[in-house]
Amino acid sequence: MLYFSNWKIGLIAAVSLLGIWLALPNFTGVPGQTVNLGLDLQGGSHLVFEVDLPGVRAERLDGLSQEATVLFRQQPTIPTAANAVIGEEVVIRVARSDDMEDAYNRLQSLSRPIGDGSIGLTGVAPRSVSFIRDDAERTIRLLLTDAALIDIRDRTIAQSIEVIRRRIDASGTTEPTIARQGDERILVQVPGESDPQRIIELVGTTARMTFRLVRSDVAVGADGQARTPPGVEILQQDDLSEPFIAVERRAMVSGENLTYAGSTFQEGQPVVEFRFDTTGAAAFGRVTADNVGRRFAVVLDDIVISSPRILGPILGGSGIITGNFTFESAYDLAVLLQAGALPAELTVVEQRSVGPGLGQDSIDKGTIAIVIGFIGVIIFMLAAYSMFGVFSNLALLLNVTLILGALSGLQATLTLPGIAGIILTIGMAVDANVLIYERIREESRNGRAPANAIEKGYSEALSAILDANITTLIAAGVLYMLGAGPVRGFAVTLGIGIITSVFTAFVFSRLLIAMWVKGLKPKKLPI
Amino acid sequence: MSLALVNFFPDTTSIPFIKARFAAFGISALMIVGSIAAFVSMGLNFGIDFTGGVTLEVRTEEEIDSARIDEMRGVLNDLGFGAVELQGLSELTEGSACYGNHCALIRVQPQEGEGLEAEQAQQTANLAVQAALTELYPTIDFRSVQVLGPKVSGELVEAGIMSIVVALVLMLVYIWFRFEWQYSVGAVLALVHDVIITIGMFSVTQMEFNLSTIAAILTIVGYSMNDTVVVYDRIREKIRKFKKKDLEEVLNLAINKTLSRTILTSVTTLVALFALWLLGGAALQGFAFAMIFGIAIGTYSSIFIAAPILLMTKVKRDSAEA
Repeated sequence: MLYFSNWKIGLIAAVSLLGIWLALPNFTGVPGQTVNLGLDLQGGSHLVFEVDLPGVRAERLDGLSQEATVLFRQQPTIPTAANAVIGEEVVIRVARSDDMEDAYNRLQSLSRPIGDGSIGLTGVAPRSVSFIRDDAERTIRLLLTDAALIDIRDRTIAQSIEVIRRRIDASGTTEPTIARQGDERILVQVPGESDPQRIIELVGTTARMTFRLVRSDVAVGADGQARTPPGVEILQQDDLSEPFIAVERRAMVSGENLTYAGSTFQEGQPVVEFRFDTTGAAAFGRVTADNVGRRFAVVLDDIVISSPRILGPILGGSGIITGNFTFESAYDLAVLLQAGALPAELTVVEQRSVGPGLGQDSIDKGTIAIVIGFIGVIIFMLAAYSMFGVFSNLALLLNVTLILGALSGLQATLTLPGIAGIILTIGMAVDANVLIYERIREESRNGRAPANAIEKGYSEALSAILDANITTLIAAGVLYMLGAGPVRGFAVTLGIGIITSVFTAFVFSRLLIAMWVKGLKPKKLPI
Repeated sequence: MSLALVNFFPDTTSIPFIKARFAAFGISALMIVGSIAAFVSMGLNFGIDFTGGVTLEVRTEEEIDSARIDEMRGVLNDLGFGAVELQGLSELTEGSACYGNHCALIRVQPQEGEGLEAEQAQQTANLAVQAALTELYPTIDFRSVQVLGPKVSGELVEAGIMSIVVALVLMLVYIWFRFEWQYSVGAVLALVHDVIITIGMFSVTQMEFNLSTIAAILTIVGYSMNDTVVVYDRIREKIRKFKKKDLEEVLNLAINKTLSRTILTSVTTLVALFALWLLGGAALQGFAFAMIFGIAIGTYSSIFIAAPILLMTKVKRDSAEA
């Protein structure tokens, strides 16, 4: 075990130098990748949003129910006794048994092929709706197929991520991470000093914008109570002088027809200017021309932002929204409108925000703890093993460098628990050396010559070292798989530390000792 | 013959560890019963990771003395989000942000609700608390904000329990694979012993039990396993070497042969962990303490529990396989 061929020495040197080279940018001005700090160390916000998929499914079922109504109105009409969404299905009951066949056939057009229409493993192209027909009850039940549910889920999340990305990019936030997490969640990580509440609003606002006519003829009480005729609803208004307002349910134009939105000033007040596409411009022009003198409401997610009076037909397809804006809120609204509405409601289910001050504190304290722990272990090893302690200390120094190098090279994230992992590794890494040295002592006591005792020490300790490190690696692996957030960072540094420590303690220190034995040919072991 | 500055241990020890097994089993049984009793009667002081709710770390320009703590508590309790926990944070190092009672930790109970409303309720509480505190201290700095809804915290509880169970099972399988079943039973019993007593310690001290505690427990499992494996490895070696010797004697011999290693490694690990405990800051203190405790327990259990169990499981003496 003490003989090293030249290529082995070369390999060990290469691995060590690679680690050092990768770690260097962290210490000096050498350009290159440094350790990727977790949000708990550099400051920032970690937000997890849950996508309201039940809401999207309910909307889809509502849509199916309405489409069915349209189909049944076609000549000859099919009278229905019921057509409603019940739970996760649309239940349709036709009035006359004779219509069952016709109704069933008409409804088939609601089931569309999913995806690109390619044939999957089942041999049939998946379709979106399945039908359960019950002739005795005169009912047809429409269910979304599993393929449709997966398709809805995946598309809703992909679209949401796209919208979020547009919004966050437009808000000037740097280096955001936006990713799907699990089945129905989206992770948004924003490093730096930004205000988490602003990010939550920017991401979590559905931003469904509609322009609707105000119904001044409906009297609204101060508490928002009113007798609303059909097609009219009472909404809250972002204006203290008129907190509730009656508006038509039907939209004149919606946000989908916007091609541009930006913030600007009018008479010193921050406002949002917008421009419609041709369809939107035409519709807006027509309605405003017909309703001069009436008011219309700009509605964002069921809140009325403002309700100006139509002074004349607005034909150019562009306009401004005034309201209770600060410059920042006008800017954010413009960003929201420009990026488009989210396909589903998002709810924050997890928020972890750390200010940069606390992050820096954690780095400082962690660094001090690493340095002091390191010095403590080095002194202890020197005291316990003198000359051999020097070898293991060199190995330990290389180990910490390799951990940093590996973290930088892999661009793994170093979190606060990750720092704890490094400190723990420093304490545990010397274990391999201790195992070996104790074995060497024993063999030396049994009368073996130095080189022989060292040889024996390394070979006999190997199985215990491997077992011991594999068990710890299992623990780290389990933690990585099942752990969440920052704790994963602990598993990462612990895992990396275990691998590097086997290299430094078993291979690197052996090379040092082999060179020492070869050079000095000691008669006795200083151990 | 030694040139080391300090020779920590006599060259050969022959402490009859196995003789003390009944005393050790008694002590361990007592600790386990105590742990379970504490767990049942006092429960654990779960952190936000597992309960959900809101925690805030704040810093103010004003010194947060007990009068200010009371004032804050009064204002926050009046918001109607349940009893709010407040705790002053201080640091001894001059120049650090929290030096001289400028920081506090605030914890709001998890808010009740159905489905997504419960998730939103946590945010509502968070915003209301931040608004109330900003009104009280306009220059207040929210150093960290954590808001967890019931969904995520529930999942974290599941994942935490799962991870400990999975780790134990994998250890059992690994040792079974490397040694024989008699060894793996002993090793895993020792691990379960360590886990129960560590959790018991968290119950008795009512220290916060959170995700890093789970990390600590898993690491303790790994470390204790490590210790046990080293002892077992030597036991197996000695069993093969001394086929005729009394098993108790063989076990003692193996433990004594590995004793200096066991203690040296524990000491270096403890040195590093004490540095973390004393200097690593509040966030890592609980983790460091759990680890320090667990390393002590793990070392003890490897010697006094895992090894003597081999006497009872009648480990095979004639096995020649590696």
